[in-house]
Amino acid sequence: MFVIKYRKLFYSISVILMSASLVALFVWGLKPGIDFSGGSLIEISYNEGQRPQISDVISSLESIDPAASVRVSGNNDFIIRMKDVSQVEKAAVMSALSLNGAASTTVKAFDSIGPVLGEEALRKAYISILLVIIGIVLFITFAFRKVSEPVSSWKYGLTAIIALIHDVVIPAGVFSVLGHYAGYEVDTLFVTALLVVLGFSVHDTIVVFDRVRENLKNSSSIKPFGEVVGESISQTFTRSINTSMTTLIALVVLYLLGGSSTEHFTLVLIIGIAVGTYSSIFIGSPLLVTLERWQARKSEKKS
Amino acid sequence: MLKHRARAVFIIVIAAVIGYFVYATNQTDSTHAFHLGLDLSGGTHLVYKADVSKVAAADVSDAMTSLRDLVERRVNIFGVSEPLVQTERNAALSSAGSEYKLIVELPGVTNVDEAVKSIGATPLLEFKLLTAKEMSAYASSSQATATADVEKDPVYLALFKETGLTGRMVSKASVEFNQTTNQPVVGLTFTSDGRDLFATITKAHIGDYLGIFLDGKLESSPVIRDAILDGKGQISGTFTVEEVQSLVRSLNFGALPVPIYLISSQTIGPSLGQEAVNGGIKAGIVAFIVIALFLIIWYRLPGLVATIALAIYVTLSLAIFKLGVSPLVIIFCIVLIFMAMRYHWAWGAAAIIFYTLMAMIPGVLSPVTLTAAGIAGFILSIGMAVDANILIFERMKEELVRGRSISDAMHEGFARAWTSIRDSNISSFITGFVLYFVGSTSTVTGFALVFVVGVMVSMFTAITVSRLLLYAIAPAHDNKFTRFIVSNGFRKGKETLNS
Repeated sequence: MFVIKYRKLFYSISVILMSASLVALFVWGLKPGIDFSGGSLIEISYNEGQRPQISDVISSLESIDPAASVRVSGNNDFIIRMKDVSQVEKAAVMSALSLNGAASTTVKAFDSIGPVLGEEALRKAYISILLVIIGIVLFITFAFRKVSEPVSSWKYGLTAIIALIHDVVIPAGVFSVLGHYAGYEVDTLFVTALLVVLGFSVHDTIVVFDRVRENLKNSSSIKPFGEVVGESISQTFTRSINTSMTTLIALVVLYLLGGSSTEHFTLVLIIGIAVGTYSSIFIGSPLLVTLERWQARKSEKKS
Repeated sequence: MLKHRARAVFIIVIAAVIGYFVYATNQTDSTHAFHLGLDLSGGTHLVYKADVSKVAAADVSDAMTSLRDLVERRVNIFGVSEPLVQTERNAALSSAGSEYKLIVELPGVTNVDEAVKSIGATPLLEFKLLTAKEMSAYASSSQATATADVEKDPVYLALFKETGLTGRMVSKASVEFNQTTNQPVVGLTFTSDGRDLFATITKAHIGDYLGIFLDGKLESSPVIRDAILDGKGQISGTFTVEEVQSLVRSLNFGALPVPIYLISSQTIGPSLGQEAVNGGIKAGIVAFIVIALFLIIWYRLPGLVATIALAIYVTLSLAIFKLGVSPLVIIFCIVLIFMAMRYHWAWGAAAIIFYTLMAMIPGVLSPVTLTAAGIAGFILSIGMAVDANILIFERMKEELVRGRSISDAMHEGFARAWTSIRDSNISSFITGFVLYFVGSTSTVTGFALVFVVGVMVSMFTAITVSRLLLYAIAPAHDNKFTRFIVSNGFRKGKETLNS
């Protein structure tokens, strides 16, 4: 199976992508949305042709929040990001946005989230990521507990975690780049999307592992482990690609037609599921073979 | 064969009936119309932090309940259709002890100023004690002589001690007039708890001062002259008649048992929600068509079966979103569906019957609130739902290549794909449940609920529906053509392992 044969090539592709993502994350980090950092996000629509200059709006908002940022959305809309405003300040913000009544406005959305709630959302995000990873690793270790030859069951779990880290780091890296260049922010939905990617990727990895388990049980002759894994990958190859295909079809359609509120969410899912499919075929199972080789080499040295 | 066909027809008829139910209940006035979240219908979502630090631990949940009831009453007076007022506690996940929150959702309200005012303006009424000894000590201190307005001196106010008697224990307030001065005063009637507490306090503190605080401001501090046993009291101060009337109204609407602070407000205009709904519907239909084409081209006859199963999947899921869910019912249904996979497909029918019974008992299930993220989750699940079918069909193809008959290959395909389907879906359930129970916003929990329902229903349709349909239309003759149409892909299957 070419996947096993050229596994070092596939590892290198992943290592390059992951390093690039990690560098982006260290240099630029992720831009937290108001869910996490607290603050206000206002989407405001002006009457046709009445949208003022960005600089006018910014200077008009200066007295309330000098750090307010305004960006264009659609033909008549602005999206304003500024500090968390109280109910009292809100009226002042609205009048500033209409340039003291000079332009008529419609508020499409006005979100204001206090810092307390933001911290809580962040904490819950970490907790959910942790719980999902723990739950999945425990489950894999349990499901593969009877498989011990030639690779023990916890190694399946370990391999799955490596694949998982891979699947989360790359979309995060992409969003770090997009955050730096296009102002993409990460919010609670971003974390949700990452968790779905985790679930999906494990789902994919498990299907291959499952086949390895079955083939190990059934193989009468003593075949090299690498060959069994290679066969398992080739047997599940079409299925992995096709399932990802239907899922990606749904997501791409959603990205194109689904409206702006879930656009970023869908993008994370598209990247994550594409990367997750790659990792379950080209990283997860080949790593099992690599682990087995190391193990074999070690025991050879001992004897 | 005939048995399978009869069952398949039965399933399709039931699905059609459910489909009609989903379609017929789409008017917004129907009790089973889709329940749209605020981000789709437009409206306001307010989160308040409730400061319970001054309430005894044992009384907190009571205080929160009465807080919710009072705010609900306020909101109802404001005239919002279907408002949602709920309290939330997160002890386990918060760093600094328990935090209590009050969440208010006002669908259709986008001008929130008035609503926020009417919720927040309710006064906080507290009764505090100042002993006669401390009062005289204060009065003779230099502080008192230096301060012009004693009632605003923080040193003086800090002398008052909590009694536990608050506006929560007031059952009724009314406008009264002081018989000697003819000043308007607020007459109070306590609840039975309040009456007992008031009696105990006044009995033990004759000669001391009772400070009456409204929103932290000292209104009056009369001397307790006698034990008051009848549970009646007065707030006198320098009020005008109008002030007393508005106070009485507020107190009757409910003096808030605990102070609340607005920590988040989200307002979504109706246009943004409409855009998300339309986009979601369009995306769902297009995604379905493209996936169906893909399935039929690649998987031929089984692909057609998978497409029908997918249509039934969509119908069932939509019906469940309307009829509602509850975590326990969902978990039980998942167990039944796992049993259907492991033992006999009839357990799947049991899951349906169980769910239908639960749906008939009012109050057991609550409808799924669809949000933009929920719709996205549902469309995602349409893509993922096919997975179980694909696993089964690929397995079938392998069995065919190994030289089994069509009918044997079908049975083997279902039997052998089961472990993969089980294991892979469990990981989706883990993600879904964690998101549902730990999720911080209604967006996340809304997504999680739709996702879990989607995974559950997709397992059901793959195991029960596709299986029966496939058996029903399985070609009776084993020849080159029939083998072609039940096989798949464009590569010839290779003979691989230990055949």
